[in-house]
Amino acid sequence: MRDIYKGYRQEAISLMKKFQIRVWSEILITTVRGEFSGIVLPRSEKDDERHLVIKIASGYNVGIALDSIVTIKELGYREAHYHIPEKEFPFSKGKKRIKLLGTGGTIASRLDYRTGAVIPAFSPGELYGAVPELADICNLSTEKLFAVFSENMGPAQYKVLAKAIEEAVVEGYEGIVIGHGTDTMHHTAAALAFMVQQSPVPIVIVGSQRSSDRPSSDAALNLIHAVYTAAESDIAEVSVCMFGPTSDEYGLIHRGTRVRKMHSSYRSTFRTIGDIPLAMVHAGKIKYLQKGYNKRRSDRTISIMPTFEEKVAMVYYYPNMQADIIDSLVANGYKGIVIAGTGLGHVNKPVYPSIERAIKKGVAVYMTVQTLWGFTHMFVYDTGRDLMSLGVIPAENMLPEVAYVKLGWALGQTYDLVKVKKLMLTPVCGEITDREPYNGYLVFQGGVPEVEEFIRKHHK
Amino acid sequence: MSKIDKSEMQGVGSRSVEPLLSFKQADPSFYKAIGFTCGLEVHQQLDTKEKLFCHCPARRYQKPDEFDGEILRHMRPTLSELGEYDGTALMEFKTRKEIVYRLQNSSACTYEMDDTPPFTLNREALQKAISLAKQFKTSLVDELHITRKQYLDGSIPAGFQRTGIVGVEGEITLPHKNIRIIQISLEEDSCRQIADRGHTRIFTTDRLGIPLIEVVTYPDMKTPQEAELAGQYIRYICRSSNKVRSGIGAARQDVNVSIVGGTRVEIKGVAHLRWIPELAHNEAVRQVVLLRLRDELGKRIHNPKRWGIRHQAVTDHLMIQAIRDKYGHIVKQAAFIGLVLPRFKGLLAEATQPGKSFANEIEERLQVIACLEGHCMIHSDVNDPIFSTLFSHVAKMLKAKKQDAMILFWAPKDDVETALETIEERCRLAFEGVPKETRKSLPGKITVFERVLPGPDRMYPDTDSAPIPIDHENADDFEDSLPSEPYKQISQLKVWQIPKDLHHHILRHNLFTHINRLYTDYNFPPTMGAKLLGQTLKHAIRCFGPSPDFSLERIYELVQFVIDQKLDLAILKPMLYLVYKNPQDEFSDILKKLHFKKVSLNKIRSKISQLCDDFKKVRRSKEIEAKKRWIMGQLRPLAIGNISLAQLSTLVERGGADA
Repeated sequence: MRDIYKGYRQEAISLMKKFQIRVWSEILITTVRGEFSGIVLPRSEKDDERHLVIKIASGYNVGIALDSIVTIKELGYREAHYHIPEKEFPFSKGKKRIKLLGTGGTIASRLDYRTGAVIPAFSPGELYGAVPELADICNLSTEKLFAVFSENMGPAQYKVLAKAIEEAVVEGYEGIVIGHGTDTMHHTAAALAFMVQQSPVPIVIVGSQRSSDRPSSDAALNLIHAVYTAAESDIAEVSVCMFGPTSDEYGLIHRGTRVRKMHSSYRSTFRTIGDIPLAMVHAGKIKYLQKGYNKRRSDRTISIMPTFEEKVAMVYYYPNMQADIIDSLVANGYKGIVIAGTGLGHVNKPVYPSIERAIKKGVAVYMTVQTLWGFTHMFVYDTGRDLMSLGVIPAENMLPEVAYVKLGWALGQTYDLVKVKKLMLTPVCGEITDREPYNGYLVFQGGVPEVEEFIRKHHK
Repeated sequence: MSKIDKSEMQGVGSRSVEPLLSFKQADPSFYKAIGFTCGLEVHQQLDTKEKLFCHCPARRYQKPDEFDGEILRHMRPTLSELGEYDGTALMEFKTRKEIVYRLQNSSACTYEMDDTPPFTLNREALQKAISLAKQFKTSLVDELHITRKQYLDGSIPAGFQRTGIVGVEGEITLPHKNIRIIQISLEEDSCRQIADRGHTRIFTTDRLGIPLIEVVTYPDMKTPQEAELAGQYIRYICRSSNKVRSGIGAARQDVNVSIVGGTRVEIKGVAHLRWIPELAHNEAVRQVVLLRLRDELGKRIHNPKRWGIRHQAVTDHLMIQAIRDKYGHIVKQAAFIGLVLPRFKGLLAEATQPGKSFANEIEERLQVIACLEGHCMIHSDVNDPIFSTLFSHVAKMLKAKKQDAMILFWAPKDDVETALETIEERCRLAFEGVPKETRKSLPGKITVFERVLPGPDRMYPDTDSAPIPIDHENADDFEDSLPSEPYKQISQLKVWQIPKDLHHHILRHNLFTHINRLYTDYNFPPTMGAKLLGQTLKHAIRCFGPSPDFSLERIYELVQFVIDQKLDLAILKPMLYLVYKNPQDEFSDILKKLHFKKVSLNKIRSKISQLCDDFKKVRRSKEIEAKKRWIMGQLRPLAIGNISLAQLSTLVERGGADA
């Protein structure tokens, strides 16, 4: 049976029954405070149960308290039907074939203005309706793999994605774009960088920081940049393509193993850490910033290793961290632990015994730095040396999240800790670098005169 | 003689341009005859410390070229409810308007940049909005829902304004009728536009986010004058609440005008209430003219669907040079396009507003939609000998007939297509009459095209904020403290016999409550209160400019002081100037500055007989009054504050003797 009281609860439902109205009824309400007329809207289940929401003629929504209602008269019924317009994605001879894999991020979507629900646009036709510029770049096919939020992406989804990429490459697609929520985009990027190796074509992950139902959204431009990168760039690696500055200007192509979401809401949230981005993309041009990347090939060979041990944890160290945290991980059967240590890769002495117990039990323990920038250097202080003697392995300049993903991937292949160590410390795709360039760490400080001058001159 | 097509006879070529009915000539019967209706949307900033959705301070304005950083955005049209893009929005998008925001740290944070979601709604603003919604007698909602209202012009970096309804269905009482209020909403103010040239539009973000209420009336006003009056009353109510800001830009109104057969046209951003009548009148007349044009076109063109323009690039160097010589600003790479508007002859010159013709309606759209800069076209309906050769060339090139009109425009090559679509679209709209659009008011009491009136489906629930329950119990506390309505205040002013020319000033600056309080607290005569606040203070402000430390509370203290010191009330006037100038000064010091000395009645009286003698020495006139005037003049500085001038006058008349 259809729910005619969408989102409303007990008291509201009995009132709606009493006056014989339902969601989408056009009504005239008399309350102790005056009269209101409009259409009854569904109510969000998170909201309280004391109000009825109606859309009044001017398009605004207002809430009416149930206990103020004297009487309601139904004048009509107008149910909202919403669909995204589809226009056939035009085929252009000579343009590259690109596959867009959907995971559920709302790279192109439309808010249902009556319910507030986001309806994702996804088929090529829908995307063409929303971002017609895509047709100037490529011939697009799409495949919806999941419909999950970014935070629900995990090992099971990484594996499905890796297989879908392999299929698309074998089928002859010349570039792959993955639509993804932004929160855990860098985890997925790292996972795919390890699971999919020697791809002959670019694999570009993209999302948006502002949903595409708003005129100022970054979604369309990000999608245009990503599709262009997939079709035209020479970078046959897993990368993330998102806004460079917050302004509608260029996109940056970040290596999948060195990228991190660095701001909870800025458009320019993705930054390459400890290195410079691979390239810039803007207005139909790619400007390469790095030379050492895997080049596009015309063959169709690709190797995938879709494995992942889920019993791996990441521990963010803080002063006064209690040793029992490590103990409980071991007791719960964890096979690997990545510590984000302070400074050059440290934790305090009281934790040592529990780390020692873990290692003796065969748990792989790796050290990364919570400073994000810089290498672990565990020879510098006694603390570091002590930890190494306990068997903690420094993970060079791997980002904590990347080390976590890589350890899961490595333990997925083998529990032989010697082999795991070899996998962990052999760079696959830039997750460990030989050197940190001087311009790999640039966190400008506002207020400093020369920085202020720079900001005045260049769009942020 | 062969038969001539009747429609061809009419107007074509020989059509004389009818003069416009000026504002001064129009009387109420004119408005009644054309079915004039007008509604207002009044935007009034609330006086709050912070902005509506972030903690930036409200009202720290920057100068146009003062900024710490800039960001660049494009506004992309989103799908409408029916899944279609708005035609004009898409056209505008094609021409890529680059929108630049100038940010200053002191007035903007990442919220203004649309790089952070909204913080919780400013409670101070909500309380003030609720109180005002009650004063407009609206039914308060029980739960405030924040809604997104889309704007593609760039005035809001997010592309939408956050707004919510506080109350619906209210009314205000004018002296002769009631005006109904549709709704009152609480919303964030938009950016200030500082430049719009070609493909770039520049805004500052200082004003963005300041809380304001929007009061929307029904189209109940039937004359332009009534619209102004309603505007004044709305302002009186806002001001009397003490909850709103005043000053430049703190209150702005949109004026919606329509006539029978016309369309609701929205005149945006009318900065002064006194502009309303003439703007509304001119808009009504514009609609009359556009309807007349529609009728004329109906006679000339029987099947509008088959009507279309023809165009071709003009490449003749001599012709192009002639245009370049006349309009120096044309860019080097511009293309020159000639086009024919079949059977439009004479219509382009038809006056639509003072100093403007139908051709301007086209040119303004070219500037806004196709982003063409400045003067960008000429047409064949203007008798300019320089261009007659030019248009005969265009006519030949495009095989134009006698009854056709021609346009020649210049534009960067990339904008030509949009420009052609824009011209054809505006001409097609002429077949229907008055296009739905928003227009911008110019100080010269006329308007220019701003944008196509957005459809009703641009409202979205704001997924970033939860509904806010309105606390009625708290809100009800305000009820007793609500000031009385303007019409009641005016009738009280009449009872007090306060001169009519002071009424507007008193209501506009919310002085009524103060006059009333002086009267009830100190038994201070309202006529004196009105003069003190409505004339002396106003004059002091004009003389000395703003005095940041001065508040009206100081006037109460001053009155208290004068009464306590048993001074005559006439001393208040000179004292007020000095109090306003130096609010911190002790009142006793101000008296010293005025050289005031406390003297007894007897002392003054004794001086009179002395002065009578002195007068004999200096007298030049034999007039009896001369003596009195002279003595009064001598004694006035001494008397003021000690005795009233009326008392002094009587004393002088009696030569110092008591009554």
